[in-house]
Amino acid sequence: MQTFLGAVINGLALGMAYALIAVGYSMVFGVLRLINFSHGAVYAFGAYMVFFFVSLKLGLLASILLSVVISGLLAMLVDKVALEPLRKKKSIPIATLITTIGVSFIIQNVLSIEYVFGSERRAFPSTNLFANLSIGNITIQSSQIIMLIVAVLLLGVLTFLVQGTKVGLAMRAIEQNRKAAHLAGINVDLVISFTFFIGGACAAIAGALIGGYYGVINPGMGSTIGLKAFAAAVVGGIGVLHGAVVGGLVVGVVECVAAQYLGSNVRDPMAFVILILILILKPNGLFGKKGITKV
Amino acid sequence: MLKIEGLHVSYGPIHALKGIDLEVNEGEIVTLIGSNGAGKSTTLNAITGLAKVQSGDISFNGRHIANISPYRIVRLGISHSPEGREVFPALTVHENLRLGAYSRSDKRSVAAAYERVYALFPRLKERTGQTAGTLSGGEQQMLAIGRALMSEPKLLLLDEPSMGLAPNLVAMIFELIQSINQQGTTILLIEQNANMALSIAHRAYVLETGTIAIAGAAAELARDPRVKSAYLGG
Repeated sequence: MQTFLGAVINGLALGMAYALIAVGYSMVFGVLRLINFSHGAVYAFGAYMVFFFVSLKLGLLASILLSVVISGLLAMLVDKVALEPLRKKKSIPIATLITTIGVSFIIQNVLSIEYVFGSERRAFPSTNLFANLSIGNITIQSSQIIMLIVAVLLLGVLTFLVQGTKVGLAMRAIEQNRKAAHLAGINVDLVISFTFFIGGACAAIAGALIGGYYGVINPGMGSTIGLKAFAAAVVGGIGVLHGAVVGGLVVGVVECVAAQYLGSNVRDPMAFVILILILILKPNGLFGKKGITKV
Repeated sequence: MLKIEGLHVSYGPIHALKGIDLEVNEGEIVTLIGSNGAGKSTTLNAITGLAKVQSGDISFNGRHIANISPYRIVRLGISHSPEGREVFPALTVHENLRLGAYSRSDKRSVAAAYERVYALFPRLKERTGQTAGTLSGGEQQMLAIGRALMSEPKLLLLDEPSMGLAPNLVAMIFELIQSINQQGTTILLIEQNANMALSIAHRAYVLETGTIAIAGAAAELARDPRVKSAYLGG
């Protein structure tokens, strides 16, 4: 029972971090109906930026803040340079999709260059900043507690941003009817850029939290986690913010419990097992909308 | 107020507008009539920056506005209520209207705009918390016009406001258009219902396959035999 509870707690903490990445997929999908596969690489980039600024002795918090801004800008830049031109030319959706996969390889490989960070694993500053918490036989690391608290706070802020602010209203408007959003006087390109920025910023925070939990990073760290977070977003219902959170939690808990009882080899495939099961039972995901009705 | 000269617009191989000239003076209701595919909506889309202007000039109060982003056009004081209403179906009436005033951040002027729109369309006030997708066709049309008015435009572009509405609602929408105009908003109106449009407009243009075929005072056009046979049912 206690090993089970321990696995669930591990899963909740990890799942919230997945949720932070998943919202990036979900928000961009919301405004553009596009799956941005470069998102996982931005997450890895975010972790590396933290690593870089810490190595300059800037302190962990300042390093994370700088990384958040730079990663947000990178995500924005990816859209401006690679995706927006395709959008303006009204190219087919698959072209944009492939482009995002290409961009993900470019970012990952630039990080791997010998004179940049190199392809080998690097030690990442631990986020075990205070004593571990022990309840009975279960030990919860402080990095997990931090992961959980930061993710919950951030997802709360994001929910407020989307549901309670003017720019959030604009995001929802663009999601429903881009032409009408233009005519209403919304600077649509600016709101799209902002959405990419927020997604990139959240990915960087997830990179710092997960990097600090495992204590190690590598340039390819975003590919598996990126796909898992994407699976989480789809499980919850892509385009729905709280869906991404629940999806992340489901994926995190299931994979930790599975790893506990069936061995760590089954950890990574679990997200996709859940994805397939959910899509068979509920094709739009747990909280997904049945496509927006145009009237 | 609005001056269009030699406007050309193409969509790929389709040459939709072949050099049209059109003018709207302050305080007027000007209507643009013509059959489907004549280029009426394209003309409005070119004014608001939704369609790319190939050549020719559009100026608004002396300022060149061809190929400016739609959100800038709204800030300059032109608002466009598009064909087919195009409301935000999952957002409430209140949120739809708020989006119409997106370019404004001054709370007091937004509140005043709400008040004006709700006074014009009491029906929308009753439905303020309802999502737009659940409104009837007539109510959605009111919402589309109301949303366009939220930015307090100097010039209002209306694309087929009577489309798909029951006759009594059509009459009501046209009355409202007149009263919006009397409150000081200049209007450029596109209509299939040429009879109604000519009855409230000051001046009119007839568009045929991308060129202006006839132009003049609305009352004169209503008597013109060419207009009568082609657009007024004999």
